[in-house]
Amino acid sequence: MDLLHLLNQGLFWFFVVMTVVSAIVVVFSQRVIYSAFALLFTFFGVAALYLFLAADFLAASQVLIYVGGILTLIIFGVFLTAKIYTMDIPQQTHQRYLALLPVVAMLGLLTYGLFTADWKTVTPAAEPTTKDLGQLLLTTYLVPFEVASVLLLAALIGAVRLARPMQEEDRD
Amino acid sequence: MIISLNHYLVLAALLFSIGVAGVLTRRNAIIIFASIELMMNAVNLAFVAFARHWGDVGGQIFVFFIIAVAAAEVAVGLAIIVVLFRHRETVNIDKVNLLKW
Repeated sequence: MDLLHLLNQGLFWFFVVMTVVSAIVVVFSQRVIYSAFALLFTFFGVAALYLFLAADFLAASQVLIYVGGILTLIIFGVFLTAKIYTMDIPQQTHQRYLALLPVVAMLGLLTYGLFTADWKTVTPAAEPTTKDLGQLLLTTYLVPFEVASVLLLAALIGAVRLARPMQEEDRD
Repeated sequence: MIISLNHYLVLAALLFSIGVAGVLTRRNAIIIFASIELMMNAVNLAFVAFARHWGDVGGQIFVFFIIAVAAAEVAVGLAIIVVLFRHRETVNIDKVNLLKW
């Protein structure tokens, strides 16, 4: 039991460190392709943390949608736009250090707020939530669920319309 | 040491701040996109942490919808970036400061 607890802790911190370090690589790497691939580890780390929070269905969705869909699209975007072999162009804005000031201030404020707030948590026993999610999606949240599907359809059509090769009548 | 709600919330705050730093300091539109995804992941993590610690699955439902909106946003956004690159030969946001030319 004690060994299991220790293993649990070790895994948790491993995934926390993996998530944070890869997120830092995403933001501060000078090569765009490194950033895109570091995003993979961030998404996987967050998916693993969902498992620690007993959100098994969301962890699976995270891997499927973020890693399988969004990350693939981003890597496609990198290949389609960035000139990968000419990376001597500057990647950072001019006032990057000044820009980090409000970021640090915001992080400090958030952390201060987190530790001073009284959350009154109850923390029930961990159970798989897939069944509850399914029931809620088809009862209480049915209308947002349908609206989300319409939104996805609209995004699909819009993306195809935008990325399509230009026709004659579009040229001006 | 027991892993509490605050562990997850601090991690979420950290991830969100890293994402904000990316949006503020990078010039490449695609990296800014990735940073926005980082911020969304941070918010999702906070949602799931609260859902777990209050025993309310509603928070996970919202994460589900956020993921759906993020997928739509990435599809349209990357299409816009690809079209932009086709027109201007750049994804540097400093060079793209006019809506119409």
